[in-house]
Amino acid sequence: MLRTLRIIFAAVFFIGITLLFLDFTGALHLWLGWMAKIQFLPAVLAMNTIVSAILLIITIIFGRVYCSTICPLGVMQDIISWIHGKTKKKNRFRFSYAPAKNWLRYPILVLFIIGLAVGGHSIAILIAPYSAYGRIASNLFAPLYQWGNNLLAWLAERAESYAFYSTEVWIKSMPTFIIAASTFIIIFIIAWKGGRTYCNTVCPVGTILGFFSRYSMLAPVIDTEKCRNCQLCSRQCKTSCIDVSNHTIDYSRCVACMDCIDTCKDGAISYTWRYGRKSCSKTTVMPAAQDSANDMNSIDKGRRAFMISSALATSAAIAKAQEIKGDGGLTDVSHAQKPQRKVSPVPAGAISLKNFTDHCTGCQLCVSICPNQVLRPSVSLNKLMLPEMSYERGYCRPECTKCSDVCPAGAIRPITVEEKSSIQIGHAVVDYEACVVNTDNVKCGNCARHCPAGAITMVRIDPDKEDSPRIPAVNEEKCIGCGACESLCPARPVTAIHVEGHEVHKTI
Amino acid sequence: MKENIDRRGFLKVTGYTAIAAGVFGTLSGCRRHTSPDYTEQEQDNREMTYRINPNSGDKVSILGYGCMRWPMIKDEYGKDVVDQEAVNRLVDHALANGVNYFDSAPVYLQGQSEAATGKALSRHPRESYFVATKLSNHRGPEHSKEEGIRMYKNSLKAFQTDYIDYYLLHNLGGIDAFNKRFGDNGLIDFLLEERKAGRIRNLGFSFHGNRQGFDQLISLHEKYHWDFVQIQLNYMDWKHPSNWNTEAEYLQAELDKREIPSIVMEPLLGGRLAKVPDHIADRLKEKAPQSSVASWAFRFAGTQKGVLCVLSGMTYKEHLDDNLKTYSPLKPLDQEEMSFLEETADLMSKYPTIPCNDCKYCMPCPYGIDIPAILLHYNKCVNEGNVKQDTRSENYRKSRRAYLVSYDRAIPKLRQADRCIGCGQCTEHCPQSIDIPKQLHKIDKYIEELKRNM
Repeated sequence: MLRTLRIIFAAVFFIGITLLFLDFTGALHLWLGWMAKIQFLPAVLAMNTIVSAILLIITIIFGRVYCSTICPLGVMQDIISWIHGKTKKKNRFRFSYAPAKNWLRYPILVLFIIGLAVGGHSIAILIAPYSAYGRIASNLFAPLYQWGNNLLAWLAERAESYAFYSTEVWIKSMPTFIIAASTFIIIFIIAWKGGRTYCNTVCPVGTILGFFSRYSMLAPVIDTEKCRNCQLCSRQCKTSCIDVSNHTIDYSRCVACMDCIDTCKDGAISYTWRYGRKSCSKTTVMPAAQDSANDMNSIDKGRRAFMISSALATSAAIAKAQEIKGDGGLTDVSHAQKPQRKVSPVPAGAISLKNFTDHCTGCQLCVSICPNQVLRPSVSLNKLMLPEMSYERGYCRPECTKCSDVCPAGAIRPITVEEKSSIQIGHAVVDYEACVVNTDNVKCGNCARHCPAGAITMVRIDPDKEDSPRIPAVNEEKCIGCGACESLCPARPVTAIHVEGHEVHKTI
Repeated sequence: MKENIDRRGFLKVTGYTAIAAGVFGTLSGCRRHTSPDYTEQEQDNREMTYRINPNSGDKVSILGYGCMRWPMIKDEYGKDVVDQEAVNRLVDHALANGVNYFDSAPVYLQGQSEAATGKALSRHPRESYFVATKLSNHRGPEHSKEEGIRMYKNSLKAFQTDYIDYYLLHNLGGIDAFNKRFGDNGLIDFLLEERKAGRIRNLGFSFHGNRQGFDQLISLHEKYHWDFVQIQLNYMDWKHPSNWNTEAEYLQAELDKREIPSIVMEPLLGGRLAKVPDHIADRLKEKAPQSSVASWAFRFAGTQKGVLCVLSGMTYKEHLDDNLKTYSPLKPLDQEEMSFLEETADLMSKYPTIPCNDCKYCMPCPYGIDIPAILLHYNKCVNEGNVKQDTRSENYRKSRRAYLVSYDRAIPKLRQADRCIGCGQCTEHCPQSIDIPKQLHKIDKYIEELKRNM
């Protein structure tokens, strides 16, 4: 009964959160956006004291039910472990009691906190459960979902229906994609073999909640009168925290999944009020020398190789002039190369680069939701996986505030469309050498025509001549850094106008 | 050489027949002294209607094949190439059903039309069809005589023949263009020589432009004797030409006056008279439920007696079959139907569609914009009633979605209207004199409004 309840909750949250990452239209966020906002680490980083406090109180009362229901990475591991258990009966009972690996989980927690506070933010968020799941969902699950959608769009197009429209599927950042894939593979292997090992050795949220659940008011308790020491509960416990020989359960590791209650044939385990009953002694902590946890080292290796290969790929695309043979046909066109920016802009609502990096958990929710293909995870080492903006495929459109609506961590604060129109996140810089007015000897003005802030004017190259060719001039005071100019500039391979981000946003 | 003599022998024979037929033609025409009549009187049921060219005596099918819109496929490099097998099938089907006039040009289909048409036609006896092609020297920066002659020789080679039945000075708008491209460089003298030698059997020009330009060109008739002229004629252009184009009614009357047969191009305005606004289509369907919307336009063009041949760029067999049905035989419009179409044209001229006929003369755009696709998509949305300026109007959200979704489907992002820089290199190529950058910017602005106002 309790187990069924747990599974229902887990399914609702897991499906809901996954859909948040899959739904590129942003329609679901109105209904399910709160599911991301009650995730523990984002809530803490957003300084959302109410949510953080409620989660802690829930843990003190019920134990780590958070890990079993709300945390998507936890539920994903449960699913993987459950599938393994289904393959053979033997596999279901593949676990055994192991003492807590405190020598591993406490140092990791300390390093994690230091990482968040001092620097190495992007290393720290590698192991944060919600953002790790977000990266997996947005990099691995979302493309599948989008391809499915595109298939439906293809069918809809043939049926003259506008119910589905196709969306671009592309790898927004190779390093982040690889990190997501490696995380998934590592977590998959760990969960396949050892159930919730990750949650009790690496996961910083698990360790923090473990401090509280250790003293939780409600918990599964073994009735020594009824227990016949059959070990069944211990052998199917995915957290390996039931010590049958001592009739104790390590509540710092128990995720209150209620499996043991259902497994026990003698009804010896019940989820009850712990205090006032026969006291349960804490398990002794024994340093175990085995396994796990050098997993995270492998990630760094591939990184450099990807950066080199992606750099090669971008520089390969060079537009070539075509001979005009007759009427019709299309000239080859390509996306512009990403310009070298001193500072990559971050979305309006981020307030400043510092505020942004302090809060962002790298969960990729904003990247998944951005309808203009502007946001993508950074590839620079100090901001790895943190979103940044670039305008080769589109620009930050004036009517859109989706990233600020969905951010659960307070890295991008909610703003309105009106506020956005006056928040300066960067400013445009013109490269006159590359401007087609000079290189192709044509008239253009596409940047000025599309500037939503009216910050670009086309000025005469020779002010004395009435019919002189005109080139763009940017009024830095009016420019908000949306990138419309950069995105629509015809110059190739690099555009003649690009946006430099500002470290601190300001209202103009 | 031997082959040449054979051909010449054949030419003689056809020549005599032509004269004989011409005599009959003039005899029957003489009596009336009004506008000329190239129609043949005896009509067999379900047989193609033919017209007799008064100059050469050619028996030309009223339906001519426009070779500007052959079906295309992608080759292994992703390049658009003519689907030769499909062309062969279409040509065979057309010839078998009495079509004998094929109109191409060196610039059509990125330069592939002539060779593809030639390949398909040369599988049949040369005397079973008339080849029409053009001197398309309007593109190049220079207009040298050598370049023109090279283009002409290429056409002969592409059609695997040593004579061209109908040769046109392509896309003339007035005397200035004529002088620049044919007069000053002496190219016209070369062409007149070729006509004398029989390698060009009929010499004419195709016209897009204003009344003044037409008057200038037609006045050259006395000097050069135009054997035929190709004009844009349909029930819209009859009285409501777009931009600076001339009323077809005027053009046809001027040609009739001089007894110059006309070849009709754009009888369907690039399909715009087939894809008419919904309630116009209803109107036509109500009148003749069994007839296609397009058939009205073809009957209109064929009804004009001075018309020798009506060209249609039939990409699909269904188009060809529909036109064969309309013209086998042609039932000319009666007075009542005529005035009905006139009213229809009045109604249609009030629609804010852009007069693009998808001829692709503007392409390729150096900045990669797919110009005709954007304009046609806009027209499609206008006709379907999906262009709404006011956010409060009924079904605004539905129309907005329909426009934006179908726009992204029709045109890749990098080729959309917001990429048009307004360089204006396309404008001079448009035979309909559309101010392309202005229209693209207007559409872009409309889309921007749609995106901003949900």
